[in-house]
Amino acid sequence: MSRQSNRTTDNKKMSSELFTLTYGALVTQLCKDYENDEEVNKQLDKMGYNIGVRLIEDFLARSTIGRCQDFRETADIIAKVAFKMYLGITPSVTNWSPAGDEFSLILENNPLADFVELPDNHNTLIYSNLLSGVLRGALEMVQMAVDVKFVQDTLRGDNVTEIRMKFIKRIEENLPAGEE
Amino acid sequence: MDVRFTKGKSAILERPLSRPKTEVSVSAFALLFSEMVQYCQSRVYSVSELQSRLAELGRRVGGSLLDVLVLREKNGKRETKVLNILLFIKVNVWRALFGKEADKLEQANDDDKTYYIIEKEPLVNTYISVPKENSSLNCAAFIGGIVEAILTHSGFPAKVTVHWHKGTTLMIKFDDAVIARDKGLEGR
Repeated sequence: MSRQSNRTTDNKKMSSELFTLTYGALVTQLCKDYENDEEVNKQLDKMGYNIGVRLIEDFLARSTIGRCQDFRETADIIAKVAFKMYLGITPSVTNWSPAGDEFSLILENNPLADFVELPDNHNTLIYSNLLSGVLRGALEMVQMAVDVKFVQDTLRGDNVTEIRMKFIKRIEENLPAGEE
Repeated sequence: MDVRFTKGKSAILERPLSRPKTEVSVSAFALLFSEMVQYCQSRVYSVSELQSRLAELGRRVGGSLLDVLVLREKNGKRETKVLNILLFIKVNVWRALFGKEADKLEQANDDDKTYYIIEKEPLVNTYISVPKENSSLNCAAFIGGIVEAILTHSGFPAKVTVHWHKGTTLMIKFDDAVIARDKGLEGR
């Protein structure tokens, strides 16, 4: 389904441990700097957005994937190519809405949250919210406005981690809208 | 003190501490690190403040990493000598973090408290171009923080500073007491 060519560009890998711990240190710092979880969630989303905006170019260059035909193809490429390439995991794509404009990514393990536990006083923190921003930012750069949110999170006692993605509209103009 | 553990979910405690099998891409880390540097930068006024913020973040990483590494690599045995803990950092810590040993470990000629870990091109600096007006900025301050935490939590309190010299040099200055204790252990 995904139009992947055989040519793989050099993609250096590293142990996920440093990545996980670095992200943890960052979230801890944000929790210290901001008064409440909502602000931290917002900040994480913003940072993720900035990452996504830059990441998409890296992704297109490495994967040599062309334009997707529909949102289903986009979903598959995000799960099977992008997540695999950057985080070494392959979430499953499920729970399509009848209209085909909304789906869920189910993450069985999440490198951002490996060995993480949330203390009780942070029960509204969306620990991995960086990912929402990354997905939103990256898709915005390929003219797709999407709404991304965590609907389930193992850190908050759910059985799985579920990211819900809803297609909003195609962005017509070619110039990106700039950051928020 | 806060209750640190989420209720009912202690599956984490049952998980093995072996080296994680998943790998992430260096690009993902580089982008994350870049955001981190920009975030820190937005909250400070000077290069030295920025570096100390990065070091603070590094200390958290080092603090979390030490126990698992001692367990995994040293069977739970702690180092007691200065030279051994430095080698532990040069070899084990570096391998776990960066997949390679540090380039060099040296002692200062004129000072028995000072050691250098030299890394020609640290991973965190690979994708960072330092602006001319802030040429002293070295984002490896983050790694300096990691090293400082590992030394301090291992019972070798030290100050670690980061310099542009032969690539990047981490200058480790041990507390006087550490060196005095080490001398007392000599020959044992």
